[in-house]
Formats: sequence, C-alpha cells, structure tokens
Amino acid sequence: MAKKAPSTLLNMLLSLTAIALVAAAALAALNGATAEPIAKAQQAKVESAISAVLPSFARIEDKTVDGCVCHVAYNEADECVGAAIEAGNDKGFGGHLQLMVGFDTNGVVYGYKILETHETPGLGAKADLWFQKDGKGSIIGKDPASANLTVSKDGGEVDAITGSTITSRAFLTVISDAANTFQHLNI
Amino acid sequence: MKAVDIIRNGLVKENPTWVLILGMCPTLATTTSAVNGMSMGLATTFVLMMSNIVISLLKSVIPDKVRIPAFIVVIASFVTIVEMVMKAYLPSLYDSLGLFISLIVVNCIVLGRAEAFASKNNAWHSCLDGIFMGLGFTWALTLVGIVRELLGTGCIFGHSIIGGADGMLLFILPPGGFLVLGLLMAAVNRLR
Amino acid sequence: MNILNISGSPHVHSDESTRRIMWRVNMALIPTLLVSIAFFGLNALLISLVSVACCCLFQWMIEKWIMKVPSTVSDGSAVVTGLLLAFNVPATANMIWLVAIGALVAIGIGKMSFGGLGKNPFNPALVGRVFMLISFPVQMTTWPVVNGIFPMNLDVVTGATPLGVFKEGGFPEDVTLMDAFLGHIGGSLGEVSALAILLGAAYLLWKKIISWHIPVAFIGTAALFSLILWLQPDHTMMIKGVLHHMPDPLTAILTGGVMLGACFMATDMVTSPMSKAGQLIFGAGCGLLTIIIRIWGAYPEGVSFAILLMNAVTPLINRGFHPKRFAN
Repeated sequence: MAKKAPSTLLNMLLSLTAIALVAAAALAALNGATAEPIAKAQQAKVESAISAVLPSFARIEDKTVDGCVCHVAYNEADECVGAAIEAGNDKGFGGHLQLMVGFDTNGVVYGYKILETHETPGLGAKADLWFQKDGKGSIIGKDPASANLTVSKDGGEVDAITGSTITSRAFLTVISDAANTFQHLNI
Repeated sequence: MKAVDIIRNGLVKENPTWVLILGMCPTLATTTSAVNGMSMGLATTFVLMMSNIVISLLKSVIPDKVRIPAFIVVIASFVTIVEMVMKAYLPSLYDSLGLFISLIVVNCIVLGRAEAFASKNNAWHSCLDGIFMGLGFTWALTLVGIVRELLGTGCIFGHSIIGGADGMLLFILPPGGFLVLGLLMAAVNRLR
Repeated sequence: MNILNISGSPHVHSDESTRRIMWRVNMALIPTLLVSIAFFGLNALLISLVSVACCCLFQWMIEKWIMKVPSTVSDGSAVVTGLLLAFNVPATANMIWLVAIGALVAIGIGKMSFGGLGKNPFNPALVGRVFMLISFPVQMTTWPVVNGIFPMNLDVVTGATPLGVFKEGGFPEDVTLMDAFLGHIGGSLGEVSALAILLGAAYLLWKKIISWHIPVAFIGTAALFSLILWLQPDHTMMIKGVLHHMPDPLTAILTGGVMLGACFMATDMVTSPMSKAGQLIFGAGCGLLTIIIRIWGAYPEGVSFAILLMNAVTPLINRGFHPKRFAN
C-alpha cells in the first residue's frame, strides 16, 4: 500500500481545497453543457401537455390571468383555436393537484392532462384516464358554464372515481377554476 | 485478491442489499416498479464505480483526518453529474426518481465501499468492486421492483402479465416495500 | 428485575389449555356467524367457510413445509383467525376469493412469520383485514344492501354503511337504534349485530376467557368521546371545510366495528396487555383512536387501525404495568 500523506494542517488544507476546486470546476462545466438540454426538456414537457389538450395549432401565446399561466393557441390563419390553462389546488387526497386544461373557443373542455399529482395509486391516481373521453366520468366536450361539473353525490352530472370522492371533487374544482380563468381571458 | 472474488463478493457473497443490508432507503422508496428500481440501481452503480476509481487514485494524497469530507465531495460531485445528465436527457425518469437521485450521496454503500475498499486497493480492483457492488445492488432493486410491480399492478416493466386485474395496491405503497423486502431477504438468504 | 419475566401465570401453557380456550372463542363466535348468515345469506356462509379453510390450510402448509414442525391446526386458533377475518369483510361475491388472499396474509405474515401462536405482536385477522382494505379499497368498501332475512342474491344493489354516510357529511335517517342493535344495517359480516356479539362476549366472560377491562374501557371511551363531539352545536362539526353530522354515542358504538373489535379482537390475549391496569389503558387507547380516525382520518371506520396501533404499544404497556402478583 502506498504511503499516506500525513495529516498536517497544510496537507489537509491543500488536499481538500484541491479536491473541492476540481469538483467545482467539473460541475460548473457540466452545468453549462446541460443547461440548454434541461431547459429544452422542460419546454418539451409543457408543449406536449398543451398539444395533448388542444386542437392542432400553429403558435402559442403565453399570458398570465388570475395568477394562472394561460397558453392561447392560434392556427395558421392566426385565428384563435382555444386556450390551455395551468391550474391546480391543494384539495387532493394526497395534496397538490396540478392540471393543464384545454378549452376551445366556445369554452367547452377539449382535453386535460395531469401535470402534478400525489393521489393514491389505483384510486385517486386513476384521474388521468377517468375523466377522459372514454372514461367513466368523461368531462370532455362539456361546457362548465352550462353543465354542472360536480360529482353526482353533490348533485352534479359527473361520476366520481370509485372510492375516491375527495380526489374527484378536487379535480372538478380545478376544472371549474380553470373555466373561470378562461372566461377572464375574453377570447 | 482475484478479480473473480471481487465479482462474486459484489453480486452474491457480500451483496449490499441482501447481506450487508445497506442502502435500505432507496431500496424501499424507489422500487415501486421494476424500471424505477433498475434505474436507481444503475445510477448508483455509476456513482460507485467512478467514486471508487477516483478515491483509489487519490488515496495516497488524502490525509487520514480529512478523508471522510474528501470522499463525500468526490461522491457528491458524481451524484450531481448523474442528476444533471438525467434531468437533461431522461426527464421522465428524473420525474419519477426525483429526490432519490440526490440521496445517493448519503447511500451507505457508496461511502462504505470508499472507506472499506477503494481507500485500500488499486484503481483497477476498486473499479471492479464499484461495478459489481453496484450491479449487486441493481439486481436486488430490480427484483424487489419486479415483485412489487407484479403484485401491485399485474405488470412487469410496464407490460401487463395478469390481464384485467387491478393488483394489490398495498405492494406499490410503502408498507408493501417493507413486506416484499423482508420476504425476499428471507428467501435469498435461505438459498444463498 | 429480569425484564423477560413479565408474563402472567401460568407461565407454561399446556397445549390442552390453549386448545380449550381457542375452541371456546370459536363457540362464542357462533351467534355472530348465524346472524351474518341470516342477514347476508349464502355469501356470508361461503366467505366464512373459505376464510376458515384457507387459514387452516395455510397454517398447515407453512408448518409442514417451511417451519418443519408438527401441525398445530387442531388448536383452533387458525379457525378463530379465519372467522374473525370473514367477520371483517363485506358480504359481496368478490370477497369469496379475495378473503383467501387475506387469509394468506393473516396467517403467513401476521402470525407464522413471527413464529406462530403466542409470538405474533399483532392480531393476525386484523393484519389480514387491513391488508385487504388497503389493497382492494373499492371491493372492501362496497356493501350489499340488507333487506330481510335470508336473501339469496345480494350483489345487485350496493348500499352504504351508517358510518360511511356520516363520513360524507350526510345523516343516515333510515337507521334506528334497534336496527343497529339487532344488526339490520350495512357493514361487514360480523360487525352488524351488537346483540349476537354481546351474547358471545357474555359466554367468554362467564368462562373467564376474557375479562371485562378491555371491552368496557374500549366501548366506554368511544362512547364518552362521541358524546363530547355530539354535544357540539347542532350535533355538527366543521371538518376540513365540510359540515359533518356527529353520531350520537349509542349510534357510534352500535354501528361499525366497535362491538366486534372490543369484544373479540382487542381481547386477543396474545396481543393485549396482561395486567388489569394495562388492559384499561389499552382499551381506552383503542376507543380514543377509533373515534379520532373516524372523525378526522381518511377512512370512515378506524377500529382495525386503532387495535393494531395499540397492539404495537402493548409491549410498552407491559413494561409499565406488570401483573400484580409478579411486581416487586
């Protein structure tokens, strides 16, 4: 075994400083190199969520209304085709629930995507498919202004996820909040 | 020491999960699916290999009294590298493993191998030790992940095995991690 | 003082006494079984049979092939576990095979993995039941509607339990106290009829297999705590922003699993404290936790969790309260 450097103050100072400096330099270089791909990955995530909840569009204009980020979509002819709204609340069973909700120009729900969820797997986590077009509690194609988008237990017309009334209520509250924000967008 | 001994130690004889019982936090927390377990294992393998090599090379210039902070700086650097690269190129995997990638820094296996092996052996052996300790950890996590995913959702690596069934939810929740780990540990140690 | 030596007398249980105790517990469960068959029909009978058969089979298999010890199935403890597990599930057709999984967990993990009868820290039937509740939340909270005596087909309509109605902020108006006492309410197989449970408990008390301390402390604390909550203005309370009705104390103890839990599961002599003072604390803890979980927890009923939590505290209670004749 090679001989160890003795633990003198100078040795300790030098070795630790050198290791820290090399590590810091390497990480700084890597940070610079990955900053762009990380930003791109984030952007791609948002864009894929927007395109999942809206009809096809050519460009997106970002606005902030009521503290919510709204993505207003336009087609090639520069006509507005709808808007995707990021909304959420903390009323979920597991805490925060964040959605991307898409509305067409008439204010009808076109699609939704869950951005952040802490719901129980197999129960509340089923919300990702339950309220979709082929789901049992579909809200797609409904207009929150005219339809009563609350769970049937509360007198509404949406079937709650079996065994997950709390998640369903939280989800539908987010949808109606998003619908309010959409009204304020004035499209 | 022969290379084949190092390989056998890592995979079976001194397997970090089943025998040394180190790194239980990621073992319990990230094995909700086979993919997550395997990815966590491979990320740890990379950190183990690189930190073992570097620490082995530096062992003669690091004074004894500051060896732990020096090791931690080296390990933390490689963990940060894994985290940044994963965030940039595998964002969906990063979303599901999240916090636990940073926690590789405090995984006992990594510091344990640095202290017990890399600081006493040459770079080639340390590299082998890192790889095979890491792979020993990886197969254990993958196995726990497969069992939990199969029982909890009826799938393996996302492919449905038992059609139509919902699975037993408990196994993808935290208590299921403890149950599966305990039962598998009993089974593996009986067979070993 | 040697801390290992805290067991009450007799220190050596002969096989014969364990066997007699367990079969007497089974006797005490018969009225409840009969009532559940009366209200839930064939399903109740099949679930009980499958549960008991699976518990015995799994115990026999584990003892023969894994532990390689002589079989202890005939001591009747697996039958007790099987019956209690069956009493804790809804009487739906799904349960006839799901209860087999619960039996495997109850016997395999809840009992045999600790070394068998007398070494398990948690009540095996409750381990199996909680496993099923968390694993199959939808099936475990789908209740058949009770209508009349000896119904043959129950799965057409599903109803709610009184506690489930309270949890949703409602009020179960069609449930009378007499219904709850006799068992004409929604719920698990064995928890509906307080009368049948009390009959069994009276038999166990008469044969001195259980003492009054745990059931009385359990039910008394639950009733007292419910009374305090019921005395809120208008018998209602705001919980997480929703107005909830509070059940009156009698409804609180007659619906849900308080009676079954207090008489048959909290009194399990392996997993409850040995001294009288310890048993009073144990029972009071169960009652308190039950109501806390019912009112503020995620589930409408908290008896299972409450008993399991107090099981975990039992060694600590045993350290603090030694049985009198062995105290220094």
